[in-house]
Amino acid sequence: MLTKRIIPCLDVKEGRVVKGIQFVELRDAGDPVELACFYDEQGADELVFLDISASHEGRKTMVEVVKAVASELAIPFTVGGGINSLEDMKRILRAGADKVSLNTAAVLRPELITEGANFYGSQCIVVAIDAKYDEEIGTWRVYTHGGRKATERDVISWAKEAVERGAGELLLTSMDADGEKKGFNIALTKAVSEAVTVPVIASGGAGNADHFAEAFLDGKADAALAASIFHYKETSVAEVKESVKQRGVCIR
Amino acid sequence: MIGIIDYGMGNLFSVEKALERLGVEAFISDDHERLRQADGLILPGVGAFKDAMDLLNENGLTKMIHEYVQTGKPFLGICLGMQLLFESSEENGLTNGLSLLPGKVIRFSGVDRKGESYKVPHMGWNKLRFDQDSPLLQGVDEDYVYFVHSFYVDADQSDVVLAEANYDVNVAAVVGKENVFGMQFHPEKSSVMGMQLLRNFTKLTEKGSTADEFYNLSRN
Repeated sequence: MLTKRIIPCLDVKEGRVVKGIQFVELRDAGDPVELACFYDEQGADELVFLDISASHEGRKTMVEVVKAVASELAIPFTVGGGINSLEDMKRILRAGADKVSLNTAAVLRPELITEGANFYGSQCIVVAIDAKYDEEIGTWRVYTHGGRKATERDVISWAKEAVERGAGELLLTSMDADGEKKGFNIALTKAVSEAVTVPVIASGGAGNADHFAEAFLDGKADAALAASIFHYKETSVAEVKESVKQRGVCIR
Repeated sequence: MIGIIDYGMGNLFSVEKALERLGVEAFISDDHERLRQADGLILPGVGAFKDAMDLLNENGLTKMIHEYVQTGKPFLGICLGMQLLFESSEENGLTNGLSLLPGKVIRFSGVDRKGESYKVPHMGWNKLRFDQDSPLLQGVDEDYVYFVHSFYVDADQSDVVLAEANYDVNVAAVVGKENVFGMQFHPEKSSVMGMQLLRNFTKLTEKGSTADEFYNLSRN
């Protein structure tokens, strides 16, 4: 049986992990390699690094970070943020990342998904979708630019299109649930997971260890991602796995 | 010294780094002579079967690999590299493989026996079940490893399967015959378990063994 995956997400700015300040046992809480290995030891099934650098220099530094992480980490990891071209994908994948995550660039030019999938295979192309419920249209709308810009696209049809174009996995973030810590957005996760044939990673809203089982059992997610509750040690990967296991979900 | 075959497909870097962490010397190369000298070869691979076979044929690596295997030195295919060891694949039309192991590579149907659809690729952590004794599995417990693939070798249809995993069907996960081995998952991405399996492969090369010695190893 394939297990459900627990994925900590690390925000990287100018080559350093931001947040993650609660790790007293680490020599350097801002070091991406040290944090990555820490999560690996805790039993993380995969990691996501989100590059939130604002500058060109910061982006270049990310390649060095990827190289350093790939040298030490023996679990798969995805890199997202600021990947706008086949050239960007190439740099990150060659540096040792297993997958790249596309967001705004894929919405602006969906052909990019196909180009990446043709060149590297669908298995390393993740499409990240930021979703927010829109009362007027009665469904979820796709947002870009880190959630700042609403688009005309509806989440379900965009999810289907992304998969048709070659996405091997979807990273679905509920902007409504994000930061609320009341649990994952089950309705959204279920709707997308049932609409596509590739794995869906639920993101946004995790507030405690028990929220994860809901994402798998009710939301039909294949993986669940969280950032702050791990960084601020509100729970641990091990605790989440124990909780999920107790609910009968297959977990590593 | 382990040679990692560079034929333009796949994540060579992470395999090399994994070996480095094990303290095993390795190099990435497409140079036939250098590869021939290696104590063991690894054929990695991510991507499409046909593209990979075309590249191996064009670069003369198909012939080199066959000659290498004849010497009895250990050879390991990873992920697509394992699939290439078999006779053929139905990916993008029927394509002939290296035919070092008997069997065919087929696609996950995406629909189970009850008619319900399941997700393809088979992506994530799945547990191994050991079928046969092998030096590759010595001292290792059945545990989870990381898979990413849409095509597979049917474990029920092959007698070279050393370990399998279940994903609707029985998937050949570790295969081996004499000095030719394959792993469908990514040992270099499979945490502690993956490292143990890679370590076992590199141990075979340290002995500088021939195929005969492998038999003895697996009998003991």
